[in-house]
Amino acid sequence: MRGLLACATLARRAGAAASGAGRRHLAGAAEAAEAELKKTALYDFHVAHGGKMVPFAGWSMPIQYKDSIMDSTLNCRANGSLFDVSHMCGLSLHGSQAIPFLETLVVADVAALKDGTGSLTVFTNEKGGAIDDSVVTKVTDKHVYLVVNAGCRDKDLAHIGAHMEAFNKKGGDVKWHIHDERSLLALQGPLAAPTLQLLTKEDLSKMYFSDFKMIDINGSACFLTRTGYTGEDGFEISVPSENALDLAKALLEKSEGKVRLTGLGARDSLRLEAGLCLYGNDMEQHTTPVEAGLSWAIGKRRRAEGGFLGAEVILKQLKEGPKIRRVGIFSQGPPPRSHSAIVSGDGSGENIGEVTSGGFSPCLKKNIAMGYVKSGLHKAGTEFKVVVRGKSYDAVVTKMPFVPTKYYKAP
Amino acid sequence: MAMASSRLLWASRAASYLRISTFPRAFSTVLKDLKYAETHEWVKVEGDLATVGITDHAQDHLGDVVYVELPEVGTCVSQGNNFGAVESVKATSDINSPISGEVIAVNDELTEKPGLVNANPYEGGWIIKVKVKDAGELNSLMDDEKYSKFCEEEDGKH
Repeated sequence: MRGLLACATLARRAGAAASGAGRRHLAGAAEAAEAELKKTALYDFHVAHGGKMVPFAGWSMPIQYKDSIMDSTLNCRANGSLFDVSHMCGLSLHGSQAIPFLETLVVADVAALKDGTGSLTVFTNEKGGAIDDSVVTKVTDKHVYLVVNAGCRDKDLAHIGAHMEAFNKKGGDVKWHIHDERSLLALQGPLAAPTLQLLTKEDLSKMYFSDFKMIDINGSACFLTRTGYTGEDGFEISVPSENALDLAKALLEKSEGKVRLTGLGARDSLRLEAGLCLYGNDMEQHTTPVEAGLSWAIGKRRRAEGGFLGAEVILKQLKEGPKIRRVGIFSQGPPPRSHSAIVSGDGSGENIGEVTSGGFSPCLKKNIAMGYVKSGLHKAGTEFKVVVRGKSYDAVVTKMPFVPTKYYKAP
Repeated sequence: MAMASSRLLWASRAASYLRISTFPRAFSTVLKDLKYAETHEWVKVEGDLATVGITDHAQDHLGDVVYVELPEVGTCVSQGNNFGAVESVKATSDINSPISGEVIAVNDELTEKPGLVNANPYEGGWIIKVKVKDAGELNSLMDDEKYSKFCEEEDGKH
């Protein structure tokens, strides 16, 4: 889904300048990349708190702070985490036809959303593949707010921009505003709500998962969404960049040190445990939302009417079932990583799929992974092997999320 | 196999990244009497028996070790070449042998307790024991002082 591509992206970057010698030490590539990196409003704050800054989607972002990724992950679930996710791109579409326009590009039934609520959605291409995933919020029937992945920003904006121009030429009425004047903080975990409540007069107990409000937090005008990328209850707070530092400090202080700054490393562990896709790993240009297990995000009306890019492919898959499906996996041996092969467990060694994300779960203390396998082999309990460094290890399909989610849902 | 090696490479590179972009911190422990490789393995030689592990500096940069891939007893390792891997929560890192020879023991305890590599890198966290082929190879490795400086410089670059 959103945000983190830490390992894969770093590897690709480093790969450009990698030599055979010293796989662990690729200083040159890093130095070259660091010069052009963008910094968030909290960059100095991260460094002062011991953030290990790494290049990520063109930004210098903290992959971890002084706590290990293991401890950070556990602390998020026990107490709370504060993430700087300002590298992600906030975008508003305005105009009487903002919703009909957006619906030509995404699978969600945006029109059916109540004002001030949102949903996960997918931007599709002509072949039904995913250009990006995004959380879309219907602020009013004339204003939609979106957050798209940092790594997809350029192609998303080019895609949306080109379609918007064509739409407006035919008499449409849509304008966009890219929220580069704002920073984005994610506050996640059981202490997220009680901590944030100390900084706003809004009654957060009346705000449920996916709800959105424009409210005053810590004295500044924020966009608040009850959402996240960890499986925990929590919020994403879009704050004017000049107030981002004060807000980050206030949140940490009000939690009395229990909510801790958390980097992209733990964010990746948390989203994997929650069974959430990382775009670029678990979803790519050629992956349809049906294959990715996101059929639930395709609105009923959209299934009947289509009207988004690649609808023929996607609607056909909904009817007939996809050829491959995303599954959750437990495995023995070393943690599987992206691109580990999945082979048949019957001894034939037949290739039946590929891991797209994997690692050691800090909460479950065992290996978890997600990947794509042929339909029919996707049911919980199906056994096969994953191949890590040439050796096969036992693996079994399991339901996701791996760690139960704790979203604050309406009663 | 091309796939396998590229897979290994990206994971190793991710580890490299964690390692090289670290913030300055207290310097890690190094022990006298050990010899060190630039890829952060240590070797302790007693007679013709060498014990091999990864350094405190290495484990500190890797973070929580969750799996150690061990070679089989009887395999031959050669200086500077990969013989196993350490997996942390986020990344895979190759382990290279600082010395050539035949593996005569592996630390099976790491299968159940990979965290020993973090908790006790120079003692309980040893990885393999090797019957030394050529003690002369030790001359190409660093002593404790040189290795400390080497780590300092490597961290200082960032």
